[in-house]
Amino acid sequence: MPIQCNNIGCKKSAILKRPKTSDKICKECFFQSFETEIHDTIVKNNLFHPGEKVAIAASGGKDSTVLAYILKLLNDRYNYNLNLFLLSVDEGITGYRDDSLETVKKNRDDYDIPLKILSYEELYGWSMDNIVKQVGRKNNCTFCGVFRRQALDRGAAILEADCLVTGHNADDIAETILMNILRGDISRLSRCTSIITMGENSIPRCKPLKYAYEKEIVMYAYFKKLHYFSTECIYSPEAYRGYVRSFLKNLEKIRPSAIIDIIYSGENISIRDDIVLPNRGICKKCGFISSQNICKACMLLEGLNRGLPKLGISKRHKRCKFWLEQCKHILICPQGSKMTSLGRTQHMIQIKESLFNSFL
Amino acid sequence: MSKICLSNSFPLTVQFGGGAELLFNNTKKHDVILPQKENPWTLRLLIAWLKENLLTEKPELFVQGESVRPGILVLVNDQDWELIGELDYELKENDNVLFISTLHGG
Ligand SMILES: [Zn+2]
Ligand SMILES: [Zn+2]
Ligand SMILES: [Zn+2]
Repeated sequence: MPIQCNNIGCKKSAILKRPKTSDKICKECFFQSFETEIHDTIVKNNLFHPGEKVAIAASGGKDSTVLAYILKLLNDRYNYNLNLFLLSVDEGITGYRDDSLETVKKNRDDYDIPLKILSYEELYGWSMDNIVKQVGRKNNCTFCGVFRRQALDRGAAILEADCLVTGHNADDIAETILMNILRGDISRLSRCTSIITMGENSIPRCKPLKYAYEKEIVMYAYFKKLHYFSTECIYSPEAYRGYVRSFLKNLEKIRPSAIIDIIYSGENISIRDDIVLPNRGICKKCGFISSQNICKACMLLEGLNRGLPKLGISKRHKRCKFWLEQCKHILICPQGSKMTSLGRTQHMIQIKESLFNSFL
Repeated sequence: MSKICLSNSFPLTVQFGGGAELLFNNTKKHDVILPQKENPWTLRLLIAWLKENLLTEKPELFVQGESVRPGILVLVNDQDWELIGELDYELKENDNVLFISTLHGG
């Protein structure tokens, strides 16, 4: 038996229970509220200014697909007067990105937004496959982590964008707040809730879906029949971030407002004056944010260019070391084919998580 | 799973999306025939049945307790299961049950 939409005056039958409000609403009212809330977020936080060139970080996944669709729609509906384009990075790892890049190309055609795919060759002068040839399989994870972290910021700079938008949603932000609390990472904690942050190279990054629940993003994509890419199916329940995510999802099940409540808490935590935060300096070579004089990426590049690829790897980052052990280069080397599909998936997730952390 | 369509069988369409299909032989749409029984088929019973009969990989990524893992959305005939009683919903013949994972693919 149909349930009537909670919106006053609407006689249609409800298709969705909204997690934020518990409202039961019909498809049309859902579209309308979801889109309007994102518009309100954009306006209230002054995310964009007329005439700006806005790079949408596009992975082909659900969040960036919904983000691209909605930004295009709002730009037309409310005359933001933005020059939107999709930005993707192709690491040049044979076989890795093909499906997701196909999805991004489909986004380009479906939503009529120009697409720029930048290769590592264009960003750094070295493709991942070539790096592997130079340094061997043992060390390539160091490169892939460091290079990935800067890739979107670099791309946005090369294409002279005024702003880079990413598809991080409310669940992602809440998860990151919890992660930073659990790790005692005060400087990340204070940064990760901001809707606008300075990218590693002073091009602002912003997150228009910051208050949008994952459930609604997926429902929106489903009911709008937006096509997205999802082989990287499911978090491994064992991984640390996986636990946090499960914990959050379990909380949401009991009390759906938990996600927005955590974001509210995160936004309102203030850091005592006597806490010294690590200095975020600037790389002397490329101007990206770096705690050292020369950033990791420049260090590695210099090594590659001088034919001394080990330069910069010696003091290996903990996280990279972790990858090395975990992944055994399954994506890059032919041994990869021996992995099960789930093993491969988990590897991609690890890479993505680390990438993800560095965004926030 | 028997494909023979007996008069006392219970046909249903079960679909998977958002990555959940990877746990079900990488197939998005399954026409299933549930055995007829005295008590009504509920979503609770369907989830248990899917785990035993259709799931091919990693049950812990799909099932948690007697329900699906939180983060997997369930729609029956394009309606959010949170509107219709979740696990207690009584299935009707030819219902279309869709499980969408939200857990990855950002
Ligand atoms: Zn309505
Ligand atoms: Zn640098
Ligand atoms: Zn690797």
